[in-house]
Amino acid sequence: MLKAHGYVGAPQNRVDGRAKVTGEARYAAEFDAPDLAYGIVISSAVAKGRITSIDASAALAIPGVVQVFTHENRPRTAWFNRNYRDDVAPPGSPFRPLYDEQVVYSGQPIALVVADEFEIAAHAASLVRIEYEIDTHMTDLDIKRSEAYVPPKKRSGVTPPPSPRGDADQAFARAPVKVHAEYRIAIEHHNPMEPHASTVIYEEDGKLTIHDKTQGVQNSQRYVSGVFGLSSDQVRVVSPFVGGAFGSGLRPQYQLFLAVMAALELKRSVRVVLTRDQMFTFGYRPQAIQTISLGANPDGTLQSIMHDAVQTTSSFEDYQEVIVNWSNLLYHCDNVKLTYSLAQVDTYTPSDMRAPGAATGVTAIETAMDELAYAAGIDPVELRLRNYTEVDEANKRDFTSKELRACYQLGAERFGWSKRNPQPRSMRERRELVGWGMATGVWEAFMQKTAARAVLGADGHLDVSTATSDIGTGTYTILTQIAADTLGVPIDKVTTRIGDSSLSKSPVQGGSWTAASAGTAVQVACRSVRETLFKYAREMDGSPLANASLEHVSFADGRIVLTNDQETGISFTDIMRARGVDKVEAEEKAAPGMMTSMRYSGYSHSAVFAEVRVDEELGIVRVTRIVNAVAAGTILNPKTARSQIIGGIVFGMGMALEEESLLDHNLGRFMNHNLAEYHVPVNADIHDIDVIFVSEHDDKLNPMGIKGLGEIGIVGTAAAIGNAIFHATGKRIRDYPITVDKILGS
Amino acid sequence: MNRFSYLRAGSIEEAVKAAAADASARFIAGGTNLVDLMKYNVERPTRLIDITRLPLNTIEETESGGLRLGAMTTNDDVAHDALVRSRYPLLASAILAGASPQLRNAATTGGNLLQRTRCYYFYDTATPCNKREPGTGCPATFGRNRIHAILGTSDHCIATHPSDMCVALAALEAVIHVAGPDGERTIPISEFHRLPGDRPEIDTTLQHGEIITAVELPRTDFGVHHTYLKLRDRLSYAFALVSVAAALRMDGNTIAEARLALGGVAHKPWRDPDAEAMLRGHPASAELFAGVADHILREAKGFEDNAFKIDLARRGIVRALSQAAAGTPQSQTDKRIR
Repeated sequence: MLKAHGYVGAPQNRVDGRAKVTGEARYAAEFDAPDLAYGIVISSAVAKGRITSIDASAALAIPGVVQVFTHENRPRTAWFNRNYRDDVAPPGSPFRPLYDEQVVYSGQPIALVVADEFEIAAHAASLVRIEYEIDTHMTDLDIKRSEAYVPPKKRSGVTPPPSPRGDADQAFARAPVKVHAEYRIAIEHHNPMEPHASTVIYEEDGKLTIHDKTQGVQNSQRYVSGVFGLSSDQVRVVSPFVGGAFGSGLRPQYQLFLAVMAALELKRSVRVVLTRDQMFTFGYRPQAIQTISLGANPDGTLQSIMHDAVQTTSSFEDYQEVIVNWSNLLYHCDNVKLTYSLAQVDTYTPSDMRAPGAATGVTAIETAMDELAYAAGIDPVELRLRNYTEVDEANKRDFTSKELRACYQLGAERFGWSKRNPQPRSMRERRELVGWGMATGVWEAFMQKTAARAVLGADGHLDVSTATSDIGTGTYTILTQIAADTLGVPIDKVTTRIGDSSLSKSPVQGGSWTAASAGTAVQVACRSVRETLFKYAREMDGSPLANASLEHVSFADGRIVLTNDQETGISFTDIMRARGVDKVEAEEKAAPGMMTSMRYSGYSHSAVFAEVRVDEELGIVRVTRIVNAVAAGTILNPKTARSQIIGGIVFGMGMALEEESLLDHNLGRFMNHNLAEYHVPVNADIHDIDVIFVSEHDDKLNPMGIKGLGEIGIVGTAAAIGNAIFHATGKRIRDYPITVDKILGS
Repeated sequence: MNRFSYLRAGSIEEAVKAAAADASARFIAGGTNLVDLMKYNVERPTRLIDITRLPLNTIEETESGGLRLGAMTTNDDVAHDALVRSRYPLLASAILAGASPQLRNAATTGGNLLQRTRCYYFYDTATPCNKREPGTGCPATFGRNRIHAILGTSDHCIATHPSDMCVALAALEAVIHVAGPDGERTIPISEFHRLPGDRPEIDTTLQHGEIITAVELPRTDFGVHHTYLKLRDRLSYAFALVSVAAALRMDGNTIAEARLALGGVAHKPWRDPDAEAMLRGHPASAELFAGVADHILREAKGFEDNAFKIDLARRGIVRALSQAAAGTPQSQTDKRIR
């Protein structure tokens, strides 16, 4: 049915590519309004305490300064926590900007200076004097882990560790081959290229049109409505383009609150843009300390898996992610104990960051599995095959599909893994030690209830829309492909509109679920249009399709034709003209099948192979080659899909070698809060990246068998690189990122 | 950022006069560092004196066989100048090891000399910093100091000078030409930057109102026996954890003359004349280089995060001297270390 033009499955350029490279695509801070005012956020200099005084007199004396908002003069907002709780909020009390004099983390927004011009606001902000009464803070997980606790309330959508099975302690004690070690993952910040920004346009009728940097326009809309007591028709949130987000735009961030607050109070349009250093003052990938014990028989078969994680959260919310569950999901074992706890530190609440939990947990378990391979003297790929599982052992469900074996096989072949000498330090080229390592990747194939609208005009133009966003993933393009194929319309006759809260209901874009969710919704809406159009066609006087059924016709090039006799058919235009309508439209919902969810587990998988070269004396690492074989169901667009995976791999390289937000525990403050000192990979760090999409048919998850690609590229990459470094150097570094000091010091 | 007035200087005299009249005036050239610092409220000049139109953008040969780089030449101009590349490839290499093409197109020779430390605390006005606000303390000493100094530190400051270019200039014994209210003078590069001591707020020996007009490179004869080796946390676009500029005059396998300067380890490009003397007259060997490295680092002091720099510097010195002795300078495009 999707073969009319065959757009789906074929490489397509981004439909929004031209707009992006020409600058025509506009981002949240680029929209203008008459009489726009500019807000500059003042951030707390201390991590914990009370604001004892704010002297804004010098700032207010500057001509052009409109107002300085603080907890002392802010307008009233909603009273209950539930009004501040967005779709993605973990359990707890959401942070309220300018709520009172309490400071609960360093960098907390404590004032907003609004002026007629940006420069005036920035200058005035530097003149506001704030005094604090300082309390003792604590940001060190190594100290706070002694007070770790199991979160009493589960976060929606995050599966807690399953109950223990068998007797993992005893099995470990008896196992002839053992690995037991602690693994550490540093705090990372998302650092999208576009900083968080909100331009709130105060319309003449008092309604708000908000250009927000967000992964969920309707999430932002509900938040604004709830907090400021506005009805949903008074608030429209639009975000047609997002300059990267990686999870940082899932929750409404404080610039949105502040900009809306100022606009409502001043009855004037306001823009608030965060600075790069303020991008380090909200969510982050939490620091995690993991302890893994693996016990195995001499043949490598696992007898015991114990995986414990303790992770940071804030003092006001219990942020949770799935860190430890992956160990047993990937490997068969009868004795399993998985435990997970939180420790409160005086920072903002962590937030989902690309493959939240999996990037952390799989990095640890896949490093431990490499250690087990060496302990047992078994090839790392072979070890994984010996422990392969065909069922999700936590709940005894089958997988909707799982081509992980093929990932190992095809990845290893492409990489040349069979030529690997397992002995560490066995390969070298001049001054560099060469190492080959591998790891498995996994991510859940989610689907979320999503609605979409399709409108087919008599001129043959198709407009599809849903409120989801495109954070750079290629959503515009794949929705366009699906729509074009479903209704047999050339791709350039399709317009896809997203990122607008007035469009059909959609969840936030995240979790790799958008292709499956919005894609299915668009398909279902287009199918509904198909059916209506076909009904009209059959009911036409003297219709050549009067006796045909939907299964026997094709939609192609703006016509409905008999599949067996393509000369016989009617154009969409003629059908609508005969019916006396100028368009056919439908809005439909798509949701995951309940039966499928109860009977099956759905995951995407990958096998990552990495080659590193490590200067033997200097400890400088180069990642010279990555092969990533991915099984993620139907690949809608191999071109944008490959870009997704490459981006994920580069993210994984950052996690492996470079990314770390450095907390000064004395000050309770992140210190390398800029892109000069928070290192992400640059072009010189990136060499050959080879992406293989392993053929995987999935007829259970959703009609098109889509699994999503946003996260899977990062998962496993850091471990593959770490394992390659071990192979190169013989040094096992369990503390990511693996920087030069750790290589020289171990 | 604060309010400031702006003057475009038409002559060196005008620039000097305007600067001398205003204690918080700053010259602005490429602005690649100053504008950042103004946005962070670290620098709050009341007046900016734009010197980009001054006639200081030429590279000329000197009578003694050296080169004179105008202060307004850009890093890109210098790195790609044919005379610089043939006579001072060490300098070209060091410049290309730093920043990005966009920054090198804007940043100037004079400005590079005056760039300020990248210490996290210096940049963050929410924290104390003796360099930014004398007397407030140095949180880096007991905080996050991965990028900080191991040589020549004081109780008041452990910041480093971030320049790559200046490390090469130190090895090449460049001379800084300045003009000021009291006329012109020259400052050897070794005396231009200073150690923090108890006045870390003062980076250089330049007096207020003085303007750098040129950097003079004395005649040298190192041929292919040089290198600039920069070790950092990613393979490009990061400040040096440790960098080493080495230049040798070789007589067969014997070192006839040696220059060695380190970046990323101190408040100024670090040179050690005794260490260079240890090299002179001896055949190049790994043992010799290791001994020299130990000598240079004999008083190195690490802090919690940066103690590894001592070992890294030792290894870097040995490698750089090996590269220079072999006449195989480090490429700045191929990131594999030779």
